[in-house]
Amino acid sequence: MTTIDLAALQQEGYTEVAGLPQVLADRPMHYCPGCHHGIAHRLVAEVLEELGQVERTICVSSIGCSVFIYNYMHLDTVEAPHGRAAAVATGVKRARPDAFVFTYQGDGDLASIGLAESMHCANRGEKLAIVFINNTVYGMTGGQMAPTTLPGQKTTTSPGGRCASTEGLPLKMAEIMAGLGGVAYSARAATTSLKRIVEAKKAIKAAFQCQLDGRGFGFVELLSACPTNWRMTPLQANERVEKELIPYFPLGVFKDDANDPACSVPGGES
Amino acid sequence: MSAPRKFLKGNEAVVYGALAAGCRCYFGYPITPQNDIPELMSSEMVKAGGQFVQAESEVGAANMLLGAAACGVRAFTSSSSPGVSLMQEAISYMAGSELPGVIVNMVRGGPGLGDIGSSQGDYFQAVKGGGHGDYRCYVLGPATCQEAYDHMIEAFDVAYAWRVPVMILGDAILGQMKEPVTTWTPEVNADAGKDWRLEGAKGRPERLLKSLFLEDGALAGHNAKLQARYRDMQALARLETVDVDDADLVIVAFGTIGRIARSAASQLRKQGYKVGVARPVTLFPFPTPQLQALAVPGRRFLTIEQNCGQMVEDVRLALAGKAEVAFHGHLPGNLPNPDDFIQPILDALAAKA
Ligand SMILES: Cc1ncc(C[n+]2csc(CCOP(=O)(O)OP(=O)(O)O)c2C)c(N)n1
Ligand code: SF4
Repeated sequence: MTTIDLAALQQEGYTEVAGLPQVLADRPMHYCPGCHHGIAHRLVAEVLEELGQVERTICVSSIGCSVFIYNYMHLDTVEAPHGRAAAVATGVKRARPDAFVFTYQGDGDLASIGLAESMHCANRGEKLAIVFINNTVYGMTGGQMAPTTLPGQKTTTSPGGRCASTEGLPLKMAEIMAGLGGVAYSARAATTSLKRIVEAKKAIKAAFQCQLDGRGFGFVELLSACPTNWRMTPLQANERVEKELIPYFPLGVFKDDANDPACSVPGGES
Repeated sequence: MSAPRKFLKGNEAVVYGALAAGCRCYFGYPITPQNDIPELMSSEMVKAGGQFVQAESEVGAANMLLGAAACGVRAFTSSSSPGVSLMQEAISYMAGSELPGVIVNMVRGGPGLGDIGSSQGDYFQAVKGGGHGDYRCYVLGPATCQEAYDHMIEAFDVAYAWRVPVMILGDAILGQMKEPVTTWTPEVNADAGKDWRLEGAKGRPERLLKSLFLEDGALAGHNAKLQARYRDMQALARLETVDVDDADLVIVAFGTIGRIARSAASQLRKQGYKVGVARPVTLFPFPTPQLQALAVPGRRFLTIEQNCGQMVEDVRLALAGKAEVAFHGHLPGNLPNPDDFIQPILDALAAKA
């Protein structure tokens, strides 16, 4: 468990081009090699700092591999039961309207057991944000089928591949959220390359900005690799996101009421 | 401060008690016989400057409560039996995360959809944990509309003092009956929760409220701490007694049934029978020492409940062979009145060993 000795490196003539965001703990993460949770954490951290929200943020962590987000962020955090993060976040935001509130949830968490809580929170237009990690599988419990598992994708509970006629088709959450009245912003991004990471950060920022502007609910879906449960190397997994996930789950902004003058609320957060 | 009297339903007393106690968030979902609570809250809470949310379900409501409680803001939810079953997940998480939520259960008949009439069928669920894991809620069993008001005030204080979920175990009778209530406004400690509540980590290290403890021994330590708290809470146990000093038979009954039993006992007193009533006011912690003190040689006990026999197990445990405990269950699905209890009481008196 070594951390980088910056001073020693600088003495050797190295220059720091990208430091650790202060809100991110200087601690090795528990995620598998090639997992995108770590990238998403870092993006959230950077955005919170750039928006100046760190000190008033309350994070709602959920179930799944990312439950330990609180080990990596210097943020006040409450842990929600499986799927209920959006309801917990509703309670947090209603109790502390002055706080910046976001949840961080996987696809099993948000799109399966917590679908009702997530959609109703969005539909009420709660002034909070959800960061949704779609890796098409239940990571933590060992690779079972998720509501986002692609047709034909083999998992431990769909050994023959997900069959649309008996197991349905993957839920496209960013599109579903975009269809709900209370949603101010809904987008899907990926974290497979530098270019996409930059776009993903923009999407997270835009989703977070809705809350600051008092416009309502911000949603960002991040297509993410789970090399371990996909039984792939990190590089193969990254490639799978590009070749299989993105064609099924198109990237882009599905709703942004900032472009809709009728929906924007002047005067900031209410 | 004046103490105005209001003519209130039990459900309404719950609302005004909560508002007096400084409750500023209510989350609920409709279910009979407690609909007066969300209905009244939808206007009264907003007038009080607080937040009202009609949740998508009881699951949602209880988890909203969890979130508000994590912020150290006085909040509560209410429901009736099937809805409270749905809340158990969040209540277990609140217990595990040491969060002070208040939950009102105006119990109706079950199991399943049952009926909308009164019942005490949720006693086990309320006092034995209810959800998964080893935990307890502080449970109060109000018998009057005044108590419904007072218990709400107590509920928030205990929840915050002990960092435990508190449950008010009322029933359909209490929720729907109307009585004069003396309202009062307590001092609310605005500092409660100051050292753990979430508000953003400005100027201090971050805080974490969770119920997951994976490191070796960590959960054992956490559970030991919670269990010690539940043991210490025994000091809060309360038993209300009427005419027990010379009683041959002490009726043990809680909530509105305790009150109906009291009417039956006073009728019998007038006829010369030495009957008293002991009404547990706190259902957890159970007033074990207080009951034990009543177990003098030769005295018998009769537990009356509107269920098939739940609290009687705690009464028998408390008396631990020191006294005989008979049971009369008034089945949910029938509204009890004092006359219904006369014969069971006479039978218990007659069954002298
Ligand atoms: C009520 C409940 N049911 C099931 C579980 C077990 N469980 C833990 S994590 C998880 C799936 C998480 O998958 P996902 O949300 O996709 O997150 P990932 O691990 O992939 O990051 C499940 C089913 C639980 N914790 N609680
Ligand atoms: S199991 Fe998958 S989602 Fe979980 S840490 Fe490993 S790669 Fe990431």
